[in-house]
Amino acid sequence: MTKSFFLATTAMVLGAGLAHASTLEDVRERGAVVCGVTQGVPGFSNPDDAGNWTGFDVDICRAVAAAVLDDADAVRFVPLSNTERFTALQSGEVDILSRTTTRTLNRDTALGLNFAPVVFYDGQGFMVRESLGVASALDLDGASVCVSAGSTTELNLADYFSANGMSYSPVRFDRADEVLAAYDAGRCDVYTSDLSGLAARRLVMENPAEHVMLPETISKEPLAPVVRHGDDQWFDIVTWTVYALIGAEEMGVTSENMQEMAEGGSPDIRRLLGAGDDNMGAWMDLENDWSAKAIAAVGNYGELWERHLGMNTPLELERGLNELYTNGGIQYAMPIK
Amino acid sequence: MTDRMLSATADHPDANAVIRERAGILPPAPAQGRLPPRTHSGPVDWIHRNLFPDWRQGLLTIVVLYLLYLSMPGLYNWAIGNATWVGDRADCVANGGACWAFVNARWGQFMYGFYPVAERWRVDLTFALLIVSVAPMLFPAIPGKRWFLAFSLLVYPVIAFFLLYGGVLGLPVVETARWGGFMLTLVVAISGMVGSLPLGILLALGRRSKMTVIRLFCTTFIELFRAVPLITVLFMASVMLPLFMPQGFTLDKLLRALIGVALFNGALMAEVIRGGLQAIPRGQYEAATAAGMGYWRMMIFVILPQALRIVIPGIVNTYVAIIKDTTLVLIIGLFDLLGIVQAGIADSNWLSASVTKTGYVFAGMGFWVLCFGLSRYSMYLERRLNTGHNT
Repeated sequence: MTKSFFLATTAMVLGAGLAHASTLEDVRERGAVVCGVTQGVPGFSNPDDAGNWTGFDVDICRAVAAAVLDDADAVRFVPLSNTERFTALQSGEVDILSRTTTRTLNRDTALGLNFAPVVFYDGQGFMVRESLGVASALDLDGASVCVSAGSTTELNLADYFSANGMSYSPVRFDRADEVLAAYDAGRCDVYTSDLSGLAARRLVMENPAEHVMLPETISKEPLAPVVRHGDDQWFDIVTWTVYALIGAEEMGVTSENMQEMAEGGSPDIRRLLGAGDDNMGAWMDLENDWSAKAIAAVGNYGELWERHLGMNTPLELERGLNELYTNGGIQYAMPIK
Repeated sequence: MTDRMLSATADHPDANAVIRERAGILPPAPAQGRLPPRTHSGPVDWIHRNLFPDWRQGLLTIVVLYLLYLSMPGLYNWAIGNATWVGDRADCVANGGACWAFVNARWGQFMYGFYPVAERWRVDLTFALLIVSVAPMLFPAIPGKRWFLAFSLLVYPVIAFFLLYGGVLGLPVVETARWGGFMLTLVVAISGMVGSLPLGILLALGRRSKMTVIRLFCTTFIELFRAVPLITVLFMASVMLPLFMPQGFTLDKLLRALIGVALFNGALMAEVIRGGLQAIPRGQYEAATAAGMGYWRMMIFVILPQALRIVIPGIVNTYVAIIKDTTLVLIIGLFDLLGIVQAGIADSNWLSASVTKTGYVFAGMGFWVLCFGLSRYSMYLERRLNTGHNT
């Protein structure tokens, strides 16, 4: 009795206890992947009505859990604020940070992080009223643009307009919600922000149907899952799980047809699904059908997109740059062999 | 004070009656031949006395009624007329009013966060126990208050912890990461309150101590924590602290936040209580010493009961601030009531202007109920202990 009191208290106070050398061992022992997510970003990670985490970033972690533990639900989600996300990863509080994080040189090097492949090529885009009749950002000469003062967004905007020889009149505000409210009230023609955020913000307008997003992006915001320096094996696992999801879409493998594909598909496909003769899983200390489990759990990259961000969701995001390289985008899986 | 009152009474034998008359409490004594004062009763008279006593007040009443007439229909239409009670995002967008269906669908989450549904009785039981152990202290008629107080300060926190966290007596462990919503707001607020009062008392006594080391320590502590915003303390606890600890050796995030909130508010509380201590006349200390009491007995039985009574409004003020400060735990990734509502309105299945407004109104109402309840209780307490000094 006294002992269990003591154990319960200690377990709470000390959390995971002392770590092993390898994240994989920790994850296996714990029986769960600890995944850092946002505190609620539409389409990427938020709790659903039943209290389960759902979203694009969430499913990346579920795919890793399926590959490592054969159970996509063996994930403990830790909502992290913007400020504490890197500390949580560095201090070992989370195994993966799957939290709309842009890959930059500074974060990759000085902060001691490793970025897995980009899962979402985000970038600054534009939203206008449909009644304006504008189809491209290049038609925006002379427009008034609502923007938050002193932000990167404002800098990108100025660069883009001057590079294309266009003029605009900025309407500046201090806070992001003021910018949005001003645009919604009709104080300016154009609202600008990252694409992923634009889609969500369109929905909180008084009348979402009046607004359209323009196809151009004017800045680079490649969002990727992150792990910490110093554990190459874990980095490999996360990296190749992401590539397996993209590769599956390239090869036409979905969560529905994977059974027949494993039996009758090309050698590439059979290798991807762990039905080949080689022993790819063992190179990462995983089961041979690790990628099949991941694909079965969350579907291929395209399925993931359609489920959380695509045209059938309220967000209605176009794939754009995130199309496969064969369809005019830049998503490209490294050869899985 | 008493001396002056006595002399005033001596100068004017009926001084109190004069004062009362000036304050308009008593009607002037009826002169010979006048009618007795009109009796005040009936709704018409109530309206006359309270809403239209003279032309200025009457004008104000009309203006206020007009403003209500302007704002009420809109509010009514939003909150009730056009509101959606059952349905999904599409219904809410179509109706345009408040989206109570959203609150309805997420009620359990707003109350308990991610606490497993099957274990939520433990949360209910914990707060029911709190009410049972605190309620007797609110009513003068119930005996044995000392025991209830000891129970709720010493035993209850232990029981509450093991009930909520589990791990003993076959209760499954529910990690603090799953705590959230209104429950987390209460946990942070109540542990802040329970922790800050004793800490504040000790710090206040320490700051007035004659022992230099203790006085220096307490003063430094108070001034350090008072000089930074709570958000800095939480930020340090959640972002900096883990970097100083060995890798994989993590202190529970909620626990870090609770300690931060208690230390910060302890420092604020110490200054409130020091105000009370300084208001106690020297005579009280000297009398207690003369009666042969040591330091602690003097403090516990003579000084603190009087000092705390004086500063009840200040203590409750700090408590209300603690409740409102609980929302700051959002920046360290904990979902209090506001946090869980914000996470909810970001669900793309609900995302819309109507749901956003409804969510914030709901969170606001939750905090208002808590703070208003607390301030009503403090008014009751002041009246009962008669510390307002307004007679």
